[in-house]
Amino acid sequence: MIEAHQLTKRYGDKTAVDQLDFTVRPGTVTGFLGPNGAGKSTTMRMIVGLDAPTSGSVIVNGRRYAQHRAPLQEVGALLEAKSIHPGRSAFDHLMAQAYTHGIPRRRVEEVVELTGLQSVAKKRAGSFSLGMGQRLGIAAALLGDPQTVMLDEPVNGLDPEGVLWIRNLLTGLAADGRTVFVSSHLMSEMALVADHLIIVGRGRLLADTTVQDLVRQAGGDTVKVATSDPARLREILAKPGVEITGQAGSEELLVTGLSSRSIGVYAAEHGIPLFELTPMTISLEEAFMELTRDAVEYHGTTGIQTLRSVA
Amino acid sequence: MSTITSTHTSAPAPSRSTRPSYRVTGLRVLRSEWAKLWSLRSTWITLGLGLLFLVGIGLIAAAQYKSRITSGHHMDPDFAGATAVSLSLFGTRFAQLALGVLGVLVTAGEYSTGMIRSTLAAVPRRLPVLWSKSAVFGLVALVVSTAGVFATFLFAGGIVSGTNAAMTLSDTGVVRSLLGAGLYLGLVAVIGTALGALLRSVAGGISVLVGALMLIPGLISLLPSAWQDNISPYLPSNAGESMFALHHDATTLSPTAGMLVFLAWTVLALAGAAWRLARTDA
Repeated sequence: MIEAHQLTKRYGDKTAVDQLDFTVRPGTVTGFLGPNGAGKSTTMRMIVGLDAPTSGSVIVNGRRYAQHRAPLQEVGALLEAKSIHPGRSAFDHLMAQAYTHGIPRRRVEEVVELTGLQSVAKKRAGSFSLGMGQRLGIAAALLGDPQTVMLDEPVNGLDPEGVLWIRNLLTGLAADGRTVFVSSHLMSEMALVADHLIIVGRGRLLADTTVQDLVRQAGGDTVKVATSDPARLREILAKPGVEITGQAGSEELLVTGLSSRSIGVYAAEHGIPLFELTPMTISLEEAFMELTRDAVEYHGTTGIQTLRSVA
Repeated sequence: MSTITSTHTSAPAPSRSTRPSYRVTGLRVLRSEWAKLWSLRSTWITLGLGLLFLVGIGLIAAAQYKSRITSGHHMDPDFAGATAVSLSLFGTRFAQLALGVLGVLVTAGEYSTGMIRSTLAAVPRRLPVLWSKSAVFGLVALVVSTAGVFATFLFAGGIVSGTNAAMTLSDTGVVRSLLGAGLYLGLVAVIGTALGALLRSVAGGISVLVGALMLIPGLISLLPSAWQDNISPYLPSNAGESMFALHHDATTLSPTAGMLVFLAWTVLALAGAAWRLARTDA
């Protein structure tokens, strides 16, 4: 469980993180999305106490990270790739981390195996490929068998097999009841693993939502209908869970909550001619880009309003 | 690689009841820093280099002295008043560079590589990391240097025996000088560690270290001479030299005073490092 309250970080007159409020809950994968420079990494650094907030606070499992007796057991974090000394072997790196907490050698061997690093564990970490480096970072994050796992851009530099491995790992960790917080600037990647989304732009919270809600709000199931008798079509389609909008005098209606197929069937049953029947499909990626583009251009409008205008 | 996709399901998730209780303690941070120090090749190389300077240069100085005596060659002033102690400590000023640089690497090296993020994620209270690094490396340097100077003295003493410089361990001040040199080098290592943590830059740390120990004494001669006499003995290099010099005069501090002044410099560097570590973002 990660709780941020009015979390703010300023560097001089640049505000990297601006009054963020969010909660990351256990048992699901929470995606932390935003374009590059949105303040994701800074937020994550503040969560583990590498950076101090200018104002506001963030607590992990009820306390500030530094106040835990065994921090690695509370939060396992993969920050920017390669938080390692290139001259030290992967195994020695993990062992040095383990010593601070009294974590046994057996557990180090476990995470080495879990991340598939057995064959290179004794090699200098500086010789690792980007993907191997990521695996080592993930091994370090899992070392303390933490309640909360936080990964900054974990799929960067991974081959397709590695990406799949991360996905399975994340969903597996969440299924264990852990809190999983993963940042990315790729909506398409997040859509595959995350249930919950926290979207930021320019350091501000744009949306704190679920994947389903984002799809719905982005107009993923809205259908544009044009007919000669919009008033009558409204009556026919009006049901609980169906939302219909349209301007007076216009032949066009926007229908949410019904498929284009069923709208067509209803209209035919009642003999209403339709001129146009268009599903307004919008991909998550488009919704996300629209959301964050606006955030960048207009300095962070409140997210959901922006979403409506897309539909 | 084929094992990777299949192992995720075994992601161990012990239930709450069987969860091991880990805890960060001062001793464990020390243990971790000890492991970190010895798991880098640069430690072995630099420490070996330091020991080589210390012993090798001391022996070369003794051999030179001996050969000039026997050949009746003109004795330059550096050598004229030499003793077995001063000859065997000839390498100190070179060894201090190696040890100080390694000290800088111990801390600043973590910043330049990004390792510091892992270190501080494991020990977010931070200051135990600085104390542990200084203690571990300071003690290693102290032990290695003390062993080095005693070994050098025993060999160099053999080389110059029968000359004016000849001395044995039982002579007044000899053991004190040799222990002082070991302690001096141990403290230089701590100062290097502190400077690395304070400046967070390998190049910066080494520059300040070299400046403080080797360049400032030269610059002090630019000051009016009345000031020189007041300031000069308290400079890190001169105070440090008082710790292991066999003979003292009015312009130098006594061994004890020299040690206290040099300790004060060490504490000052550590305080600056602690302040920066605790106060600023990593």
